[in-house]
Amino acid sequence: MSIDPLFFLAIVMMGCATYATRLSGYLLLRGVRIEGRVKAAIDAVPPAILTAVIAPAVFLQGWAEMIAGAVTLVVALLRAPLLVTIGAGVASVVALRHLFM
Amino acid sequence: MLLAYAPIAALWGAVAAGQGFSPLEAILMSGIVYSGAAQFVAVDLVKAATPLSLLVFTIATVGLRHVLMSASISRHITHFPKLRASILMFWLTDEAWAILERRALHEKLTPAYFLGASMPLWPNWILFTGIGALVGNRLGDGSAIGLDFAFAAMFIAVLAGFWKGPRTGAILAASAAAACAAKLLVPGAWYILIGGIAGMAVSVALHSERETA
Repeated sequence: MSIDPLFFLAIVMMGCATYATRLSGYLLLRGVRIEGRVKAAIDAVPPAILTAVIAPAVFLQGWAEMIAGAVTLVVALLRAPLLVTIGAGVASVVALRHLFM
Repeated sequence: MLLAYAPIAALWGAVAAGQGFSPLEAILMSGIVYSGAAQFVAVDLVKAATPLSLLVFTIATVGLRHVLMSASISRHITHFPKLRASILMFWLTDEAWAILERRALHEKLTPAYFLGASMPLWPNWILFTGIGALVGNRLGDGSAIGLDFAFAAMFIAVLAGFWKGPRTGAILAASAAAACAAKLLVPGAWYILIGGIAGMAVSVALHSERETA
């Protein structure tokens, strides 16, 4: 178990960078009245970012991931609990990968 | 959630160990940086002997999506004391944020809920980093049992709660198309930000149409 001092400095600075990104949105918008177009933009953040994070993993990998994504969405829209939905997605991607191999 | 985290943390620990990180270094990095995407990118950059300033700058760009996430969550925690909310932001990972946004759709967020939904992921992340770093590549291939898809499945599940009709459909389509295009054309993690901004732009465009109608 050892640690290089320069490397430790790098870790701390990277940690600061990550924390700064998480803090800045909160500090910037805190106390700001949000309405009109700004509200429309901020309201769209959760679904738009959620989609952007996973879209390549679902659409760019192959048929198995695309179909499993659709299965997961259907299960989720049936209002299944979170863990059941994740389980359905994982199970279907395993089954479909075997099918398409 | 804890289950979805463990394999990713262990995988990162194993990758880091493979690049010459000591287990202590890997554990410290998971505790302090605490961002899966940033850590995977950082391992690549350290391997390539990237200068420190560029390393920190790149990590910040990888984390830019968190600016939007924390801006979005800030609307639901205006009643939190400022200092407490600022500290809680440290644990605002993608997964914790998704859970919190889902909760905020139906119920008011409390500091206790925020802490309970976000903070337990942290020791779990650190623990499995350590296990991954020590056990290394003796771990099996997670994709064989579909664990790599758990993260996507969770986001889809959370996403379903945001459906509010065709307008949402347009936002999602724009975001998905822009993110996929950016993923193919632009190196790095810019696709998340590009997709997010495309979705926001569509939302604003539809909003003004509705206002003038």
